[in-house]
Amino acid sequence: MQYVDEFRDSRLIKKTIETIQQLADPTVHYRIMEVCGGHTFSIYRFGLHALIPSNVELIHGPGCPVCVLPMGRIDEGLRIAEDPKVILTAFGDMMRVPGQTDSPLVLKAKGRDIRMVYSPLDSLKLAKEHPKKEVVFFAIGFETTAPATALTLLKAQEWGIKNFSVFCNHVLILPAIRAILDSPDLRLDGFIGPGHVSTVIGCRPYAFVAQNYKKPIVISGFEPLDILESILRILRQLKEKKSEVENQYGRVVPWEGNRTALKLLERVFELRSYFEWRGLGFIAQSALKIKKEFSYWDAELRFGTQGITLTDPKAAQCGEVLKGVLKPYQCKLFGRSCNPEHPVGALMVSSEGACAAYFHHVYQKTEL
Amino acid sequence: MCLAIPGKIVEMDPYDQMPFIQTALVEVSSVRRRINIELIKDEEPKPGDWVLIHVGFALAKISEREAQDQLRILSMLGEDKQAMEELQGYSMEEEKKT
Repeated sequence: MQYVDEFRDSRLIKKTIETIQQLADPTVHYRIMEVCGGHTFSIYRFGLHALIPSNVELIHGPGCPVCVLPMGRIDEGLRIAEDPKVILTAFGDMMRVPGQTDSPLVLKAKGRDIRMVYSPLDSLKLAKEHPKKEVVFFAIGFETTAPATALTLLKAQEWGIKNFSVFCNHVLILPAIRAILDSPDLRLDGFIGPGHVSTVIGCRPYAFVAQNYKKPIVISGFEPLDILESILRILRQLKEKKSEVENQYGRVVPWEGNRTALKLLERVFELRSYFEWRGLGFIAQSALKIKKEFSYWDAELRFGTQGITLTDPKAAQCGEVLKGVLKPYQCKLFGRSCNPEHPVGALMVSSEGACAAYFHHVYQKTEL
Repeated sequence: MCLAIPGKIVEMDPYDQMPFIQTALVEVSSVRRRINIELIKDEEPKPGDWVLIHVGFALAKISEREAQDQLRILSMLGEDKQAMEELQGYSMEEEKKT
């Protein structure tokens, strides 16, 4: 566990924790979901879950783009890479995510041309440099990352780069939040809203959480003090029987979001009627599809997808952990057959995955 | 993927530097790379401005203080090395016409 004195703002942090203690009714068990994987990482890294009263439970949400991608889509992408003409590009987070038999990294070792990129634009550049190859970008991410893919598609069109396409797996955070709120096996009292997604979408679209579902939601920064202050604000709203959208991260997140990015998303993408999420199942209008105008660069059309659906390994309980029904350590495989060296599920791969974050920052330290 | 990298714009590239791409040279902890700035064009970025960088794109303009806080949190989270690797991995640099 972290000691409060180690923090730069230790005095402020102590005060915030005290206020949280005062606001939390000891007879109530609060369940607050942090939607974003970055917050999960920060909570475990700094041991924030242990600094707040034990009746304020933090539930880890679905905001890790690698983790929510179902195995079928991973295999679908890997199937495209079987074509010897194809160079498949993906973010580093994706490289170790297991498909049914192989991860991208293992397939690469077996001779497929799979390369890690840091930006979708780098994929486009690769296509320009290899005119005889087909470069396919395995696009993942929420609204934070989708504008970058949108702009890359626009550039592909402007430059007339024909040997480039995008395997689009961009998902939207709001339908996932709605699905969680509609889920019968999960009772939540409030949300710590995602930080960087909100720099794009702004705060307004969260209104349904506060108005229709009557839950407080506070958009939060990533520092220990940010997260604690957001918990405090949620508890204060609950005490005052309010449910509002608050922006704790106003120094980075504008209320209206990034209009240029939003316009780009609208220009290039449309909503899929439904999309499968790991753990949450099929959610209506929860993902982005490349619009007809850009369909030439849609890898799903160019290579044909088969709509592969695969169930996770039976013993793995990624779905329950993703929905917040189980804590990482409550999964039967956690720390045993599933660990960062040999991940069974995606939550153990990405640093933002709840299982990897818990393994590195809590489990490993207590085991030593 | 979620944690963005703060950087300072040191030089704006002329629009036609790379065909149809608007880029700027940014500096993060003394490492300089080119990033795309088209997502913040309405905010009229200029040298000296601080921006949040995500997958090669400036996502938002931020204050210098916020940028310092972001750098500090990256290092507190142990993500600073990964952030620098990402930054150095952007390959827009070589594209620049000289």
